[in-house]
Amino acid sequence: MKIVISSQSELPIYAQIEEQIRNQILDGTIPEGTLLPSIRKLARETGVSVITTTRAYSDLESRGYIASQPGRGSIVLPQNNKLLREQYRKEIGEDLTHAIAAARQIQMDRQEFDSILDTLWDS
Amino acid sequence: MDLLSVEKLSKQYRKKNKQNGFALRDISFQIPAGYICGYVGRNGAGKTTTLNAIMHLIRMDSGKIRINGVSFEEDPVRYRQQIGYVGDSSYFPKNFTLKDIREILADFYPSFEPDQFDSLVSRWELPGSQKIKNYSRGMKVKLMFASVLSRSTRILILDEATNGLDPMMRNELLSMLQEYVEDGSRSILFSTHNMEDLQGIADYIFFIEEGRKVFFEPKDELLEEYLLIKGGSDDLTPDFSGQLIGLQKNEFGFSALYPVSETVIPPAGVLSEKPTVDEIIMYMLRQMRKTV
Repeated sequence: MKIVISSQSELPIYAQIEEQIRNQILDGTIPEGTLLPSIRKLARETGVSVITTTRAYSDLESRGYIASQPGRGSIVLPQNNKLLREQYRKEIGEDLTHAIAAARQIQMDRQEFDSILDTLWDS
Repeated sequence: MDLLSVEKLSKQYRKKNKQNGFALRDISFQIPAGYICGYVGRNGAGKTTTLNAIMHLIRMDSGKIRINGVSFEEDPVRYRQQIGYVGDSSYFPKNFTLKDIREILADFYPSFEPDQFDSLVSRWELPGSQKIKNYSRGMKVKLMFASVLSRSTRILILDEATNGLDPMMRNELLSMLQEYVEDGSRSILFSTHNMEDLQGIADYIFFIEEGRKVFFEPKDELLEEYLLIKGGSDDLTPDFSGQLIGLQKNEFGFSALYPVSETVIPPAGVLSEKPTVDEIIMYMLRQMRKTV
C-alpha cells in the first residue's frame, strides 16, 4: 500500500487517503481480504490526525470498499465488477460535465469538442 | 471517555495585571482519550493560565477539572502523576546534572523507567557532565521531554514546548507525540504559536481570545467551513461583503475569510483557496477587533 499526501492539493487530506486506497483496491494492488493498517497506525505513519484517517476509512466503508470489524481492523472487500463499472461511469460523467461546461464558456461547438475527444482517445 | 474535562474554569487577577481583571471566563472543554488538541490564541489570551490551572500551579476561582475521571481534590497524587508537563522554560534545578535529575524522577514517580530515560537522553545527545544551567534552550526542552516520556502518564500538557527546537527535532517530536496517543488511551493538550505543528497532527483546535472560548472544533471540520477569498475591490457587493470575516482591503483588492455555508455565492472571478488553521485564526481575530 502506498499513500502520498500533498499539502498543496485541492482535495482535503482525508479524501486524498480515501482516493489512493480506493484506486489501489480497484487496480488490484491491494487484493481483497487484505487487512489494512489500523486507523491510528496510519495516522502516525503519515503524520496526519486520527480524525482524518478515521474519516477516510469510514468513507471507504460506506462505499463498500472495506469492512471494519471491531478488534480485527479493516478488511478489503471483494469488488463487484458491475458496481465498479458503474462507479467509473459516474466519474467519467462528472469529468465530462466539467469539460462541457468549459467548452460552453468559450462557445465551442460540438464538432470542435468531438475533435479534441478524438485526438485524446487515440493518443 | 474524556481524558481531560474542564468545566466552567474561571480565574480573575488583580486589576493591575489585566484591563478588566479577568484572565479566564467560564472555560469548558473536553478532550477524549486518544486525541491531540492544539490550543491557540494570542499572547495574553489565557492559554498559559488555563494550563497552569490544570497543573494546579495556580488556584482557580471556580471550575472543575478532571483527568481520567480524577480531580485534584479527590486524589492529588494520582492526579499529578497522570500528567506530563513540558513548559516554555526549564523547571529543573539549575545546578543539577542528568544524574541528579534521574534520581529525583525515580524518587518522585513510581512508574519512572530509568532505561527509557537513558535511551532518550543518549538518542538526543544530552551531555551528562554539564549542569542544566549550561544547557542550550533546545537541550532543556529535550530533557523535559525525556523526563515525561520515560514514565507512565495519561496526558501531556505542552506549553509552547516546541519553541527553540530545530526542524529535525521538532519533526521527530511530533512523531513521538503521535506515538504517545496511538494506543487510544492517552491525550495531549498542546499550546503553540507554531501552526505548522498543528496543521498536521492536531485532531482538535481550541481557540481562545481574552479569556473566552471562541471555539473548540475538530480541525478537519474547521478547515472545511471556510474559504480564503481574494479579489478586486469591485467584487465587493454589499450583500457579499456582509458575509465576509476579517475583511482586509488594499489599494488593488481585498482578502477575507468566507463561511462556506453562507447562501450568498462569491461573484465569478473571485479567487478562493483553502485556508490554513493559521489563516482562519488570523482573519477571525481581525474580525473580532473590528466589532469591538
